[in-house]
Amino acid sequence: MSHRSFVGLCLLPLAVVTAAFFLLPMARLIATGAEGPQGLAGYLAILVEPRYRATLINTVLLATATTLVTLIVATIVGMFLQRHRFPGRSILIAMLTFPLAFPGVVVGFMIILLAGRQGVIGDLSSHLTGQKLVFAYSIYGLFLGYLYFSIPRVILTIMAAVQKLDPGLEEAARSLGAGPWAVQRDVVLPALAPAFVASGAIAFATAMGAFGTAFTLATNIDVLPMLIYTEFTLAANFATSAALSVGLGVITWFILALARSFSGSAVAAAG
Amino acid sequence: MRDRLLFTGQLLFTLLVAAFLVVPAGLSIAAGVTVNYFRGIASGVTLEWVAQVWELYAGTILLSYVIALATLAVTLLAGVPAAYALHVRSGKISRMIEELITLPVAIPGLALALALLLTYGGASEFRRSWLFILVGHVIFTIPFMVRSVMAVFATVDVKTLDEGAASLGASPWRRFRDVIVPNAVPGILAGSLMVVTLSLGEFNLTWMLHTPLTKTLPIGLADSYASMRLEVASAYTLIFFIMIIPLLVAMQLFADGKQTR
Amino acid sequence: MSTVGGHGAAVDIKNCGKTFADGTLALEPATLQIARGETLVLLGPSGCGKTTMLRIIAGLEQPDAGGTVLFDGKDMTSLPIERRNVGMVFQSYALFPNMSVAENIAYGLKIRGMPKTERAARVAELVALTNIAGLENRRIDQLSGGQRQRVALARAVAIRPGILLLDEPLTALDAALRERLRGELNRLLRALGITAIYVTHDQAEAMELGDRIVVMRKGAIAQIGSPREIYFAPQNRFVAEFIGAANILETVVENGQLVLPGGRLPIHGAQNLSEAVVMIRPETIGVTSADSAHLSGTIDSVSFVGDRQRLVVSGAAPKPLTIDAPNTIQAKAGERVGLSIAPDAVRLLPPES
Repeated sequence: MSHRSFVGLCLLPLAVVTAAFFLLPMARLIATGAEGPQGLAGYLAILVEPRYRATLINTVLLATATTLVTLIVATIVGMFLQRHRFPGRSILIAMLTFPLAFPGVVVGFMIILLAGRQGVIGDLSSHLTGQKLVFAYSIYGLFLGYLYFSIPRVILTIMAAVQKLDPGLEEAARSLGAGPWAVQRDVVLPALAPAFVASGAIAFATAMGAFGTAFTLATNIDVLPMLIYTEFTLAANFATSAALSVGLGVITWFILALARSFSGSAVAAAG
Repeated sequence: MRDRLLFTGQLLFTLLVAAFLVVPAGLSIAAGVTVNYFRGIASGVTLEWVAQVWELYAGTILLSYVIALATLAVTLLAGVPAAYALHVRSGKISRMIEELITLPVAIPGLALALALLLTYGGASEFRRSWLFILVGHVIFTIPFMVRSVMAVFATVDVKTLDEGAASLGASPWRRFRDVIVPNAVPGILAGSLMVVTLSLGEFNLTWMLHTPLTKTLPIGLADSYASMRLEVASAYTLIFFIMIIPLLVAMQLFADGKQTR
Repeated sequence: MSTVGGHGAAVDIKNCGKTFADGTLALEPATLQIARGETLVLLGPSGCGKTTMLRIIAGLEQPDAGGTVLFDGKDMTSLPIERRNVGMVFQSYALFPNMSVAENIAYGLKIRGMPKTERAARVAELVALTNIAGLENRRIDQLSGGQRQRVALARAVAIRPGILLLDEPLTALDAALRERLRGELNRLLRALGITAIYVTHDQAEAMELGDRIVVMRKGAIAQIGSPREIYFAPQNRFVAEFIGAANILETVVENGQLVLPGGRLPIHGAQNLSEAVVMIRPETIGVTSADSAHLSGTIDSVSFVGDRQRLVVSGAAPKPLTIDAPNTIQAKAGERVGLSIAPDAVRLLPPES
């Protein structure tokens, strides 16, 4: 057998699996999206129909807020952990990164334990103010859940990026007379930009498309994945749910592709 | 003085973030072994809830392992040779294929699940079996295996190793077996840990693809969160932690080992 | 020694060119014969096509249609490398990190189905030959650069190949080690009596190792010849300038003599010319006193480099001449000197090349 045909053979299993269980279904999904009463216009419903549009805006706002807050928190923590050595540091890092593999449902449960009806935040607030604070089952709970989900992975990315930073850059800036803040602003943060873009895109795409956390907290939170789910299972509205999920897929894919073209590294959403 | 203040401030902030992440997990572990969560740990420690979970949900745990291992097997068989092929054929078409197989990672699991349901939902035999979930998990995890193996190939210059083995008379298959795969082992291991971890925790796809007879662990978890008392849900979560933490630790050790080498 | 080597094969390359998929011409169709037991060096700057030529001979690249590669008269063109029975030493060595030193050396023998005991004996033989005894069980990443080079060589010759192909095998090493291994490699190739094709961009390597040198430039063969021919009788300006240092002069000719600003210089074979391009090697120019000389100039600079001193003399030729003088003579910048150049030392080059 020639090397060429051997290489071809190596690709074959993957090609078969991908064609049968990804390409074909995706084609079917896209076709189904246009099979509703509105035809192809069903694809515009996500933008035109006020109810869907409101949900889309809601979802984008939530994802944006998640991304910004995650980046700020993770940058402070990641830079601090990479720059200082102190006793207990490695335990702290372990604590900050162990939720990495929690699926969305488990994250949802964590938020219930924090801010649910029997949650610590409610207990604390009723002790302090007499008011029981419960917000797990709303979009704020979901926001907290996405923070819980995204902070560990963004911290890891930032720490890796800070570690790779050439210390010569900072020293050069200081030799040119830049103060500590100017060094951060002009040298360190710009050098971390690719890490921000890459990890921010993952946080954003995850907050757009993840389903488990929202599902655990409440089925009536007004975000796109929940809308698709209810349209499909409760309303049996296949065409709309297909059109909506194609739209959602295009948005998340686009964000990740954009981030990749900026940062040049592999970027993947997680669920 | 200012440095001291800054350090303390940052440390406190970091501790606060760590508390946000760890406190609920700790609460969940505690709740899983507490007689009555509402009354607190003072009510006593028990394994009753864990036992109850085992009774109710042992099947989901078993099925999760079956699916995770089957997913691993498929991703190894299809992913490792594909990673090699995509690496040695570095043309435009290879980049397109790579892009294509990575797509499932960028698309929400919900969309992927809908697509599978719309296409194969009518094939009732297949639809009802756990193989339907397996298919979803394979599509979702295979990019991680391919990427992980390709990352290793990029660092060990397999192309030249391949040519070296060829110059000594080895056929393409012998080269793959004797030289390519052994040198891809770090990537294969890292990819395998990733695939198993992802498969064990996968919910987005699985929720749509499962049937009452094919429930995996995360499905059971969601079920318990919705309908069981907090202690049972916590005990179930505890079991999940016990399953997943060794994998995480292994992944971490692996990453550290790679850095120090 | 004869038990170690294979029998050398003769190589015939006919019309082998290579155009890459993106349309760039890496190698113009070239024809070349290599005799049994000969060491042929492909020499040239990077991008000259020497590695492409080697990879075509190896079977790692297919020549463009019309090209053929023959080993001992047998057509090998369509055979992949694994069926050509060649030994190859790669620039990066391509040692298998998953195998020990001994396993690397034995791999080709294992592929050929040689029994274990015979394999071990052959490995021992090669380990001794390449001076790496004691390293057999090491992992590849525990070896120094020089040791890796020897293992790569041992592995390539273990299979008794008809032809040994070496792709810049010493380039990855530091200068001192390179020089030492060059000598060892030379002795080994002679002892094995194997046909060897050696790619390098280092002219010192080419001179020491090559029975013949093929100088290549921009995908084409610029000259083929023995090291002496290449050095003393370059056929064109590129070869003259690429090998060693050279003074290239373009000047008017009268009565078979070069007319230079600093005097006249008789040369051979220019009787009928009115203009000429000539090459003069720096070490062939003698320094004399200015008074009696036919050709004279002024010393611009003197650089002492140990075994000799390099002078730059202006005013003698249209551009400053570089001269390698013995380290015993006294020379100062600003001094006027006479230059003596034997007519034999002036080499006529074709005018446009």
